[in-house]
Amino acid sequence: MPSVRPESLKDHGREQRTFGLRVLIAGAGAVALTLVVVARLITLQVVHYDHYDEQATGNRIRIEPLAPTRGLIFDRNGILLAENLPAYQLELVPEQVSDIDGTLVRLIKRDLLNAQEQDRFQQALRRVGRRFEPVPLRYRLDDTALARFSVRRQEFPGVDIRPRLARHYPMGATAVHVVGYVGSLSANDIDERNERNYAGTTHIGKSGIELAYEDQLHGTVGYRQVLINAQGRALETVDQVPPAPDMDLYLTLDVRLQSAAEAALANRRGAVVALDPRNGDVLALASTPGFDPNPFGAGLSTRQYQALINNPDNPMFNRALQGQYSPGSTVKPILGLAALHFDTRTPSDHMFCPGHFSLPNNDHRYRDWKREGHGKVNLAQSIEQSCDVYFYQLALDLGIDRLHDFASQFSFGATTGIDIRGERGGLLPSREWKRRRFKRAANQVWFPGETVITGIGQGFWLATPLQLAHATGVIAMRGEKHAPRLLDAVRDPLKGDIVAEPRAAARQIEVDDPAHWETIVSSMRDVIYGAQGTARQVGAQRPYTVAGKTGTVQVFTVAQDEEYEADKVDESLRDHGWFVAFAPVDEPRVALAVLVENGGGGSASAAPVASKVLDTFFDFSPRTVAQRTDGAP
Amino acid sequence: MIETPRQFDGAGALSLPGRILRALHVDVPLMIGIAALCGVGLIVLYSADGGNVARVQSQLFRIGVAFGGMLVLCQIPPHFLRSWSPWLFGGGVVLLLLVAFVGDEGKGAQRWLDLGVIRFQPSELMKLAMPMVIAAYLHTRALPPRPRELVVLAALIAVPSVTIARQPDLGTSLLVASSGLFVVFLAGVRLRVVFGFGALAAAAAPLLWLSMKDYQKSRVLTFLNPERDPLGAGYHTIQSKIAIGSGGVFGKGWLNSTQAQLEFLPESSTDFIFAVIGEEFGLVGLLVVLVLYLFVLGRCLFIAVEAQDTYARLLAGGLALTFFVYVFVNTGMVTGLLPVVGVPLPLISYGGTSMVTLMAGFGILQAIHTHRKLLGQ
Repeated sequence: MPSVRPESLKDHGREQRTFGLRVLIAGAGAVALTLVVVARLITLQVVHYDHYDEQATGNRIRIEPLAPTRGLIFDRNGILLAENLPAYQLELVPEQVSDIDGTLVRLIKRDLLNAQEQDRFQQALRRVGRRFEPVPLRYRLDDTALARFSVRRQEFPGVDIRPRLARHYPMGATAVHVVGYVGSLSANDIDERNERNYAGTTHIGKSGIELAYEDQLHGTVGYRQVLINAQGRALETVDQVPPAPDMDLYLTLDVRLQSAAEAALANRRGAVVALDPRNGDVLALASTPGFDPNPFGAGLSTRQYQALINNPDNPMFNRALQGQYSPGSTVKPILGLAALHFDTRTPSDHMFCPGHFSLPNNDHRYRDWKREGHGKVNLAQSIEQSCDVYFYQLALDLGIDRLHDFASQFSFGATTGIDIRGERGGLLPSREWKRRRFKRAANQVWFPGETVITGIGQGFWLATPLQLAHATGVIAMRGEKHAPRLLDAVRDPLKGDIVAEPRAAARQIEVDDPAHWETIVSSMRDVIYGAQGTARQVGAQRPYTVAGKTGTVQVFTVAQDEEYEADKVDESLRDHGWFVAFAPVDEPRVALAVLVENGGGGSASAAPVASKVLDTFFDFSPRTVAQRTDGAP
Repeated sequence: MIETPRQFDGAGALSLPGRILRALHVDVPLMIGIAALCGVGLIVLYSADGGNVARVQSQLFRIGVAFGGMLVLCQIPPHFLRSWSPWLFGGGVVLLLLVAFVGDEGKGAQRWLDLGVIRFQPSELMKLAMPMVIAAYLHTRALPPRPRELVVLAALIAVPSVTIARQPDLGTSLLVASSGLFVVFLAGVRLRVVFGFGALAAAAAPLLWLSMKDYQKSRVLTFLNPERDPLGAGYHTIQSKIAIGSGGVFGKGWLNSTQAQLEFLPESSTDFIFAVIGEEFGLVGLLVVLVLYLFVLGRCLFIAVEAQDTYARLLAGGLALTFFVYVFVNTGMVTGLLPVVGVPLPLISYGGTSMVTLMAGFGILQAIHTHRKLLGQ
């Protein structure tokens, strides 16, 4: 063998014999494995021939997915917020239509389809794997379209109507920012989830609870094997695995309170968040204006969608969760508490407020909202009257570092952890933040003047209404902190038992002397009941006690030598009004924050809203609504 | 033991076609088997695709290209291949690593390398380069291989296999690994090493399970219980069993496959074409196809036994057995004996890539057979 390099160690004869033997073993193995396949073929084609023949010839088996029915959503008292109603869907089975494009053109001519639905259908058609699976043309046919189609049905072979359950929100726009809405399933939605579990499903949660708890609401897909005739019509169900039920959800929301909050905001842009401070339950989370979620499920037209998107009041924006505003004077109680905690102030420390404040060696004047000044005030009076000058000095004495660290315990600058998506964390400024935020060295320095305005919740400080309601709840509970949550309990619709969702453990904010809490709470009570309180109308002649704080936030900076006059500036540049409160003062059951965008002073715009919400909460109907407005922030 | 000239060329009295075939270095019996299987493929493809002539033409074109490649390889004497083997293997490994970093993703797996003009799957090259390099390594060494050599062999097999498995393409990875392992087996590695390795592999199965992607786990689970996922992976198996079973002994006749025609059977012209044969031509048709495969395997093993040096012998045997693994994995998967791993039915399934690789392998086999040096000349 000339092609083999001679090598003393190689025994060619033995190698060849071994090789021959191994080839024999391998060949025998191959024959044996082939016989296994043959045995399998005999089993399939001879032994079980009748079984498979029955399945394949004459009537045929088709496997159809059975989409689970979406879970219901209730408020805390069992009032229905989201349900499923029968609707008629127009759909097309690709394998039964020889000329799909022509059929679409004829459907459009009969006004049974519009151009947008046609595009969506074409997209869906590319996605379907099996050509016998119906593809929806139009999700909801109204009565006239249904009648129109029914009389011309024979013109459209392969097109059919199918009753299905469509998501419906009986309360319309109420609580839309909490409940959210469903929209048609897109390719992106599929990528994020288990594709198979969405076989036969056309809609998916797009926002709010519908999105956050999609997995619980959706359930697990089932399937059935049906006998079909040569035209593909289902004749009989052979086997069926029902879809596993989804969960019904009970929210912590109280729709009565929610509606009252939305009604009280009327047509203004604003938000109300009401919490149970004892456990973090969100009782109301309103953002106005809202919108009707029902058209989303039926298929929103481009025009409808554009109208929503281009609306200057931005109804799809959830102000309660995502709107970030300067908190203004509403944070004074927390800064007061910080000063007590760090012994920067005692409750009896006084200061004279001349109506303006200046830093040493600087002639810039920081104004008080009250031009003539508040005179001699202590901490409690500064909160009651919302004296700005007192807090300018207090913030300066506290310093930005201690201010930041103390306030961050109340979840400022971070999300509160509510269980729906999209929450923004606002901004609690610090030296560190400024260093990171700005590129130029000159801008990275923290200036004392920035500490001054942080003392009245202005400057860089931003907070959401949810954050302020949360922080107010913490004060109400004297430091006990509960993460806000919207899901109260889930119900298994088969077993029917309602299982409460476990609550996260509370955290306690520590101050060096617990009596400081009472000092601050008492000053907030004076905001309502004190002779000079800025929100006296809220508590007037009510059977419940309230503690609160107003806030007014400048949107527009007035020059040093000018006066701000509300009626002279454009509506969108007017001040934002804030009001935070909790009640009853000694055994708090509700804490809330109200924001009215460009509503003017907090006591005039936001406090009356809070008053209505509290009246609803305590089942109180005032005979005369207090209309006092004294322009205090 | 040693080849006699008579068997090789039938002496000098050859007809003109016979002389041409000899000049082309083709092995007639093997060519007959290959042509028969390709012919079956075209006939069934026409039916599986619902009478689509364009697809049949496209497949015919691919067969032609692959056939051309095979003829080129027939002309290359084995000792050239042997000296190229390490380079081919090294280049393949580099390309595989390249794919891992810059490859194109298709259907969630990174397998393709875009060379601008053509898209190329280095894992296909590895199906040939693997047995070549193992055979070349063993060629100069005394057999059976000693333990230290077994370690080198294990590394040669593991590196590309693991890289391919991570693409992820478990099916090809197993095929590449087995093409190398077959060569080691044929080299006469002691049977207790073979069994020891088998035991080790069984022990490693849980580790393999943990490293699998979700869709791969799903395939295995679904294989164990197709009813688990009747809408997804199990759907393939259920429908192909119905297709085969309903074919009975004699089948429903050509063009009468209801499962494929009505699109119940997925991948009916590619991975699941065996089921279409079963439905249209019944048990008889499938047995004919299986016999054809066994004939081709037998001829290839015969070529291996007749080969004149260690390299040629081991390579021929390795290629032959790998070819059979294709057949068994595909038929096993279509009949529900094995999980669905996406291995085409050799020479019959629609598709160009595996056709080119297979034909190249047959080219090498024929080269080994027709370039033998006759003793005493």
